[in-house]
Amino acid sequence: MLQDDCTPTHIDRTARQGWLRLLSHAPLDLLECELGALTGPHPQWLRRPEIGLVMVQGRIGGTGARFNLGEVTVTRCALRTDPGRITCREVGVAYVLGRSVRHAELAATADALLQDPLTRDRIPSNLLDRIAASLDSEHAKRRAQIRATRVEFFTVARESGATDAP
Amino acid sequence: MYVAVKGGERAIENSQALLAELRRGDPSVAELSIEQIRLQLRLAVDRIMTEGSLYDPELAALALKQASGDAIEAIFLLRAYRTTLPRLGYSVPLDTGKMRLWRRVSATFKDLPGGQILGPTYDYTQRLLDFALLAGTPVPPAPRLPADAEPVPAVLDLLDQEGLIEAESASCGDPEPHDLTREPMRFPASRAARLQNLARADEGFILALGYSTQRGYAHSHPFAGEVRFGSVEVELVPEELGFAVSIGELEVTECQMINQFAGSKSQPPQFTRGYGLAFGHSERKAMAMSLVDRALRAPELGEAIDSPAQMEEFVLSHSDSLEASGFVQHLKLPHYVDFQSELELVRRLRINAVQQDEPT
Repeated sequence: MLQDDCTPTHIDRTARQGWLRLLSHAPLDLLECELGALTGPHPQWLRRPEIGLVMVQGRIGGTGARFNLGEVTVTRCALRTDPGRITCREVGVAYVLGRSVRHAELAATADALLQDPLTRDRIPSNLLDRIAASLDSEHAKRRAQIRATRVEFFTVARESGATDAP
Repeated sequence: MYVAVKGGERAIENSQALLAELRRGDPSVAELSIEQIRLQLRLAVDRIMTEGSLYDPELAALALKQASGDAIEAIFLLRAYRTTLPRLGYSVPLDTGKMRLWRRVSATFKDLPGGQILGPTYDYTQRLLDFALLAGTPVPPAPRLPADAEPVPAVLDLLDQEGLIEAESASCGDPEPHDLTREPMRFPASRAARLQNLARADEGFILALGYSTQRGYAHSHPFAGEVRFGSVEVELVPEELGFAVSIGELEVTECQMINQFAGSKSQPPQFTRGYGLAFGHSERKAMAMSLVDRALRAPELGEAIDSPAQMEEFVLSHSDSLEASGFVQHLKLPHYVDFQSELELVRRLRINAVQQDEPT
């Protein structure tokens, strides 16, 4: 049974959005290390890995009408896991910024396994937390770096009666 | 009319081999890696992505290496590459209000939620050559201070509670904007089409036009309401899923310029806005873009059009470095037949002139 968005009904859409985001944002070496062994040589491709372009839109003034800013490279794929490795009923989907076919395959494999209650425990239980922690630590580092550059400018007002006044 | 030439294959091949050898330079010196270019020449990479209209730092760095550092040639390479890829769709519009900042300053409001953040900037450097870089001295890590995550909303909307600054909101139905990669520019152009053109326009051209508006060649009295640079998440709605997912982050620079506006019969005096948005850390480009965006709004605001930066067809038709560079540089290609026919023409005119001058 599928919801209208092709997510199985037992999966909370928000939860799936959450892990798809983390899998796309994750460093590739972390995914390779944790998920590499779960991919086999013969995944069943519903959509083979494909590199393409997505036109990024902005909004005029940040909040106004849309306009087209420019494109980004994106890699996508959809698969069922290699039955020689793991049997999983669900279809995994990945859309990842950039041109890493391997990143897309690893992310789609994890997406499939996470949707199926029988395979979910094949994903290391703390993987998503570790991805989030890795991103958080990058974010915290930047916050600390820019905090040191926060500036208070003083307005230098001319004192009344200054002798060099015109 | 241009008459084509053929032949020269061997010389062209050899020329390209010579180019490759000169590009590599002395083989006893280490070769530049793409990673080095991407990380150590990031502002050049950002410009190539912005004007190449394709965000992919690795490919932009490769283009810069292949072009021996010629930005416009590298932009050409990136634009050519993009034509080889399928279009998968459009993103959800970026939410620059949720930017994870590297930098954010306002020249109009001193006290902002989140503060004025200089971030990494050349603004206050003294422009003295740093001979430590010549010597390759290790760089100490920059200072850090403890900081909590705090939202940094766009200042214009936040601080203009009197409504003195024009508001920007999506029109009814949030219509799909013109896409110059699909349909050619038409005049008069929508503001969305103008911004797409300006976003990928040559920085030098836009900078000069923006400068001209400050020097009096348009009715412009700009203030930098906010300039911000940082990372934003890209979201799209995959056709397989039907809901939005975040697929990664890209860096952008945004400029909100505020300009005086005297008002019209239907509108009271207020500040109007110009907008700039560019890939990567591209402040000069984003600021110049916002000045030109504002100047090009002259007809909408009922302003007299008497300066180049206000002339939509002039600005938008000459802003693209690919078209400009291609047309200027094609003059180097053989024009032997054209020139021969012009020579003939001039000879005939001279003979006729001499015959007419002779007394009969």
